[in-house]
Amino acid sequence: MAAQNLKHALFCAIITLIIAYPILGLNLEAEGTQVVLEGADTVTVVSIALAAIVVFLFQLFRDTIMASLGRIPRLNPLANREPMEQGRRQRFETIALVLLVMAALAWPFFVSRGSVDLATLVLIYVMLALGLNVVVGLAGLLDLGYVAFYAVGAYTFALLSQYFGISFWLALPLGACLAALFGLVLGFPVLRLRGDYLAIVTLGFGEIIRILLNNMTWLTGGPNGIGGIPDPTLFGMEFGRRIKEEGNSSFHEVFGIAYSSEHKIIFLYLIALVLAVFTAVVIRRFTKMPVGRSWEALREDEIAARSLGLSRTSVKLSAFTIGAFFAGFAGTVFASKQGFISPESFVFLESAIILAIVVLGGMGSQIGVILAAIAVVILPELAREFSEFRMLIFGAAMVLMMVWRPQGLLPMRRIHIELKKQE
Amino acid sequence: MQDLLYFFQQLINGLTIGSAYALIAIGYTMVYGIIGMINFAHGEIYMIGAYTALITITGLASLGVAWLPLVLLVALICAMLVSSSMGWAVERVAYRPVRGRHRLIPLISAIGMSIFLQNYVHLAQGSRNIGFPALIEGGFTFGPADSFQTSISYMQITIFITTLICMTALSLFISRSRTGRACRAVSQDLGMANLLGIDTNRIISATFIIGAALAAVAGLLLGMYYGSIDPLFGFIAGLKAFTAAVLGGIGSIPGAMLGGLILGVSESMTSGYLSGEYKDVVSFGLLILILLFKPTGLLGKPEVEKI
Repeated sequence: MAAQNLKHALFCAIITLIIAYPILGLNLEAEGTQVVLEGADTVTVVSIALAAIVVFLFQLFRDTIMASLGRIPRLNPLANREPMEQGRRQRFETIALVLLVMAALAWPFFVSRGSVDLATLVLIYVMLALGLNVVVGLAGLLDLGYVAFYAVGAYTFALLSQYFGISFWLALPLGACLAALFGLVLGFPVLRLRGDYLAIVTLGFGEIIRILLNNMTWLTGGPNGIGGIPDPTLFGMEFGRRIKEEGNSSFHEVFGIAYSSEHKIIFLYLIALVLAVFTAVVIRRFTKMPVGRSWEALREDEIAARSLGLSRTSVKLSAFTIGAFFAGFAGTVFASKQGFISPESFVFLESAIILAIVVLGGMGSQIGVILAAIAVVILPELAREFSEFRMLIFGAAMVLMMVWRPQGLLPMRRIHIELKKQE
Repeated sequence: MQDLLYFFQQLINGLTIGSAYALIAIGYTMVYGIIGMINFAHGEIYMIGAYTALITITGLASLGVAWLPLVLLVALICAMLVSSSMGWAVERVAYRPVRGRHRLIPLISAIGMSIFLQNYVHLAQGSRNIGFPALIEGGFTFGPADSFQTSISYMQITIFITTLICMTALSLFISRSRTGRACRAVSQDLGMANLLGIDTNRIISATFIIGAALAAVAGLLLGMYYGSIDPLFGFIAGLKAFTAAVLGGIGSIPGAMLGGLILGVSESMTSGYLSGEYKDVVSFGLLILILLFKPTGLLGKPEVEKI
């Protein structure tokens, strides 16, 4: 046994060296037209060697390490607690949510402009993640082209405002409905496909949308994107220093306060907050309705659900369409926040980030997904020097989550009724 | 006459790219045939193969080794070694622990792995394009000297012949060798093969290693053919190769070859007659259409839904 362990450990260490040294230890540098090879600095080489040694030791004492890891008590103190009673739990959750929303409403008036802007971005991701959560978490359909619907929402607003001068408030439902329509039209043929084929087809669809946006220069401006997207107005009041459109008044003049560019940022944040809360509430209601229950039924066991009379196509289609609808919502807000959009913002990586949020938060769990969205957007901002490692860490986190905790950090709690124990 | 020559040029370009796609597609199709998962990180394995080949070639050049066959052979062996090790490690770390769980879990794990590997190379080697030296130059040209000429470069011939050799070797390996027979047995019925004394874990590892080695060959060839590489170039190539695998019928090795050639030709025809910008649209559109109307592909076997 020991000899076999040693052999295996040696093998693993050698493999570590093979996969790490050529890529990490030898750097290709362009010198003029010539490419030359440069050795990496000593730190890198030493850390590669250290990594190999760690792998070797770990594999050598694997059995012992695993056994002692198993003996460590669980870190989560709540794991073994009795679950709260249903009614109390719901009351608790409602109070917590109300407090959270109140805090979120008051918060922007006390912090800097940059953090409000960042918070708006977080809320956009919350909307996206909640929408994707319906598709992936509740209905169990892996959608890798979710960003396409986000793009549809954003481009609807941008194009309509550019060509027809339509305002944010009209574009918001239009963008969302158009995205939902796209979801419906795409979903209709593809939802017959099995899980992993569906994933690839949606990915292909997302790429097609992006390539089309990039190449239909006459309509979308191609890679240059569309700029000058108007800001939202509050009952005809604009937030700029000067009024851009006839018939509108200006916010700071109506209320007789000094002009400040912060007003607009805070207003956008509040819109995003309202929409995010709206998204969360609507989806929460959906999960308690028959349609939401049938999403989960179909996810758990398709054959059983179908034999109980659920229509596979309509159930999946509803999930797909609703997911797309909220992506369109988020897209419109995004377009208005940036004031400029281009196909660059809608690459596959964006889909992957939203998927990572859903997976990390726990598929199906709303609170988990919201927390994960906050973490995924804010953490890279806090640790700027690590920002280039962001995607590396995402990838690793996705793998680790699937291996150790596929249900996510805060797994979804089933809606259930407990039978009272007999006295 | 000129139209015909132009057509032949597109056909030759398409067959070249297509045969390289087929080499990558083998990795997808074999893995899918055995454990039924889409190895999303396969495109990144191919990209790592190309990087290793370039590193080896540059290293040899700085050592003063200039004899072309030796350079290519050493680059090929190094690329295959690193890619295969990577393939083995990826299977061990990211796929084996989640094997047998719900279908989406290995797929998400694979997407995570793909993002990880992309950024691993990105951080280590930078994100910019790096020029790949064209080691094999020259070629034949046909047609009148004063108008359009069809040309076949030696590079294209090399790609075609290498693919042919690899495919023949693979078919022989699968049909004749002991491991190949075990591979077929495992892909037919994993549980039964296990009962009959086949070490299925070993066979699955072997599948990943073979797929990764062929992807590395494609990495070297296509890197040289395109003349530059960057950390993202595995992603699209991986998707294309997956399309090829599905087109031919996923799980079938001759299907991967056929699918690769069809995809390559239709792509080069699109760029030749329509616009280069839309060639990706055509291949993804093709993928969607095939999955919708004939999910088993051209040479695949229909999958029966068991209750």
